[in-house]
Amino acid sequence: MKTLSIENEIKEISDAADTRRGRLNIVITGHVDHGKSTVIGRLLADTGSLPRGRLEQVKTMCEKNAKPFEYAFLLDALKDERSQGITIDSARCFFKTKKRDYIVIDAPGHVEFLKNMVTGAARAEAALLVICASEGIQENSRRHGYLVSMLGIRQVVILLNKMDLVNYDQLVYDRLVSEYGKFLSELNVTPVSFIPISAREGVNITAASKEMPWYRGLTLLEQLDGFQQQKGKEYLPLRFPLQDVYKFTRKNDDRRILAGTIETGIVRVGDEVIFLPSHKRSRIRSIEAFNVPRKTEAGAGEAIGVTIETQIYIKAGEIMVKPGETMPRINSRIKSNIFWMGKSPLIKGKTYKMKLATSRVNVSVAEILHVLDAVDLRMNYHKQQLDRHDVGEVILESVKPVAFDYASVIEGTARFVLVDNYEIAGGGTIIEEIDNGETLLEKHIHEREIAWDKGFVTAVDRFNRYKHTSKFIVLTGEAYDEVTSFAKELERKLFLDGYHTYYIGLNNVISGIGSDTRNIGRDAGDSIMRLGELARIITDSGQILITALTGVDDYDLEILKLLNEPAEIIVINVGPAAFSRFNVDLEIPDDNNLDVAIGDIYELLKKKEVIVEYYI
Amino acid sequence: MDNLDKLEAQSVYILREAYREFKNLVMLWSIGKDSTVLLWLVRKAFFGHVPLPLLHIDTHFKIPVMIEYRDRLARDWGLNMVYGENTEAIGNRETYPDGACDRIACCKKLKTEALKYTLAGEWPRYRFDHSKGRYIPDENKEQYTGVIVGVRADEEGSRSKERYFSPRDRENDWDVGDQPPELWNQFKTDFAPGTHVRIHPLLDWTELNIWEYIEREKIPVVSLYFNQGDGKRYRSLGCYPCTSPVDSEARTVSEIIAELRHGKFADVAERSGREQDKEDDGGLETLRREGYM
Repeated sequence: MKTLSIENEIKEISDAADTRRGRLNIVITGHVDHGKSTVIGRLLADTGSLPRGRLEQVKTMCEKNAKPFEYAFLLDALKDERSQGITIDSARCFFKTKKRDYIVIDAPGHVEFLKNMVTGAARAEAALLVICASEGIQENSRRHGYLVSMLGIRQVVILLNKMDLVNYDQLVYDRLVSEYGKFLSELNVTPVSFIPISAREGVNITAASKEMPWYRGLTLLEQLDGFQQQKGKEYLPLRFPLQDVYKFTRKNDDRRILAGTIETGIVRVGDEVIFLPSHKRSRIRSIEAFNVPRKTEAGAGEAIGVTIETQIYIKAGEIMVKPGETMPRINSRIKSNIFWMGKSPLIKGKTYKMKLATSRVNVSVAEILHVLDAVDLRMNYHKQQLDRHDVGEVILESVKPVAFDYASVIEGTARFVLVDNYEIAGGGTIIEEIDNGETLLEKHIHEREIAWDKGFVTAVDRFNRYKHTSKFIVLTGEAYDEVTSFAKELERKLFLDGYHTYYIGLNNVISGIGSDTRNIGRDAGDSIMRLGELARIITDSGQILITALTGVDDYDLEILKLLNEPAEIIVINVGPAAFSRFNVDLEIPDDNNLDVAIGDIYELLKKKEVIVEYYI
Repeated sequence: MDNLDKLEAQSVYILREAYREFKNLVMLWSIGKDSTVLLWLVRKAFFGHVPLPLLHIDTHFKIPVMIEYRDRLARDWGLNMVYGENTEAIGNRETYPDGACDRIACCKKLKTEALKYTLAGEWPRYRFDHSKGRYIPDENKEQYTGVIVGVRADEEGSRSKERYFSPRDRENDWDVGDQPPELWNQFKTDFAPGTHVRIHPLLDWTELNIWEYIEREKIPVVSLYFNQGDGKRYRSLGCYPCTSPVDSEARTVSEIIAELRHGKFADVAERSGREQDKEDDGGLETLRREGYM
């Protein structure tokens, strides 16, 4: 049966490319009552983007409640917003022009809802800042200007609204342009344009103004269609933050897939790749995706998976890059710009969970350099915390180095959030890395050793009694069962031979001494720290502590080595070599039988003078 | 990448983020087109696999074709299919229109409450046993802490304010005024014991996008969406007493797309056939705050 008119059929053919139409996210914000909801209401109504009946529905509701109709009501879909008359959350509306589709994010102006404004703005590629011509620049006009610049939105248009209230006076327009333009230039924001409008009267929204012949610029709609969509991310160096590693065994699937969304660049089958910060290397075997023709390459924005040629252990959170391209920075100290939304302030010395791309790392606040105060919007060089809605320059420090870029180079791997007590409490961008000074770990160990309370029994006393020195023996490798059984066998053999030795698994640490913070931290790094502290105590008692670890990298071993000092660490790797920087003491091929391997380990221990020759 | 590619990539990213962060993850599958697209996106995210349970809240008022379709897909795709229900309200006829109960109260009992207690593991869950070919009581009574839901921002007002990751407190309540910030694709993945998080991968999709994607990917959807010859089809699926078909000649996915783009539904709200939205001004918002999907 024919269901379409000929006219519709023709329309459909010409619109066959509908799914290829661009879609642009824009955020609109401004001080309370400066009229941004009215601007959106107008845009929706004048472009014919409202669902049929919506306009009438809102008008009926207004009549019922004896309120005059306003375009803003079209937006404020929630009850408590209508009663309070302010937008509390970023709502999304859809509209389309001939050129493309838009999502308008209506961000609240009220300071109390700043985190909602940020949420809205962070999704946008362009921003409209609404300023009421009669009221002029208000506190939030400044704050939003600042946040828009921090969030990295480059296309900013200022709408000078309610021009009808100032008789469409060019002098008012010129004064605001100069005043606000000066403020924005201090933030390094150069607005695309300043458009004088009256949203209520529909002036300069979709049609050019008769009321302001002195204005020769674009209407709002023309300006929107003039915005550029972000392009060219595939020409930047590859950044593939690993979101997860999958091994689904159903239906005999034997693929081990590294999954993620490509932030920038292109990856091809056969490419040599490096994972950071672990520095592990491999080559791309395949690009994986479901229900698509076989892929040999993928570029920025694609959510894909890859398999690699070698069996190496890679963790979620690492960034896959290509040698020969600009590398990310790797450091445990960064200078950053942070805006704070938390209920409790950001405090110097406190530890927060940082989520940067797909990595999660605990960082502590080392320095607060200066703060832009949320209340008076002035720079304060003495304040030592960030209160809610403050913005500040802060030095953060992690125990393990993090891979990142500078915001001026690649934004996606330069932005992070901080989590405080389950909540995302801050957002930040990295300005630069900081190289000098004692690291957090070195400082900690230094303080620990000063405070260490020794008993009367010395290490020499213990050696004379036990006839061996203490050591921390770490067995690593990919195959968990194999490595663990090596470690346990070693413990048994040493024990039967009369040594004072003890095996501990990482799980004992996590579910034992780490149990008090298990629900909060969930950071594997914490368990490594605890294991290191435990090793310090047990080696101090003269014993040989043995552990088995899978999935650790160079930095984990370095942390264990430092924490265990002054006693020595011995690292034995079972299976394929996995470390590029840390000097492993012994490599055991994974096809070695147990007795041979234990024999090799004994040889090593002899060399290391753990086992005194005559004692065997 | 075209618009659908971008929407797909963002949804896949959200699904993978949820899978990475939540141990007790479940996806609500209403059998409708949106959550079926979502199920397809799960297969995209996990390379053909569906590594999480799917939960259906059975009101016993669903159109029978929907249940047949659910179980057929569960069998064909080897899904870990679970359903829950408000046995007591159904048994006592506290339902609309056959009981002494209005639409909103019926929705609340059969959907909101059933969902709340099923998610918490306090009411029985039934799991599809593939070896037996039927549902058996599920022994897993753990609370689901991550709940993936296929709502879209364009459906109605309250949904346009949702986050991709939206926390619910112990009482399942949604605090619209105090939602977590979301920026640069970082979501709320840390949560206090007893609370749970709703995850919304389809927030940015429109009804038209859903159909365009069904067409592109050739996703099987339930036949009720198409005109079977009587000049009627369902545009949105729910319980039969409260959902009515619309007049339409569309028999195929491409005819539905044409109808939505330029035809009779180009500017008519999708849920116009759903009566509970009309009961009181903001009725759905009230339901949603209490945990309605």
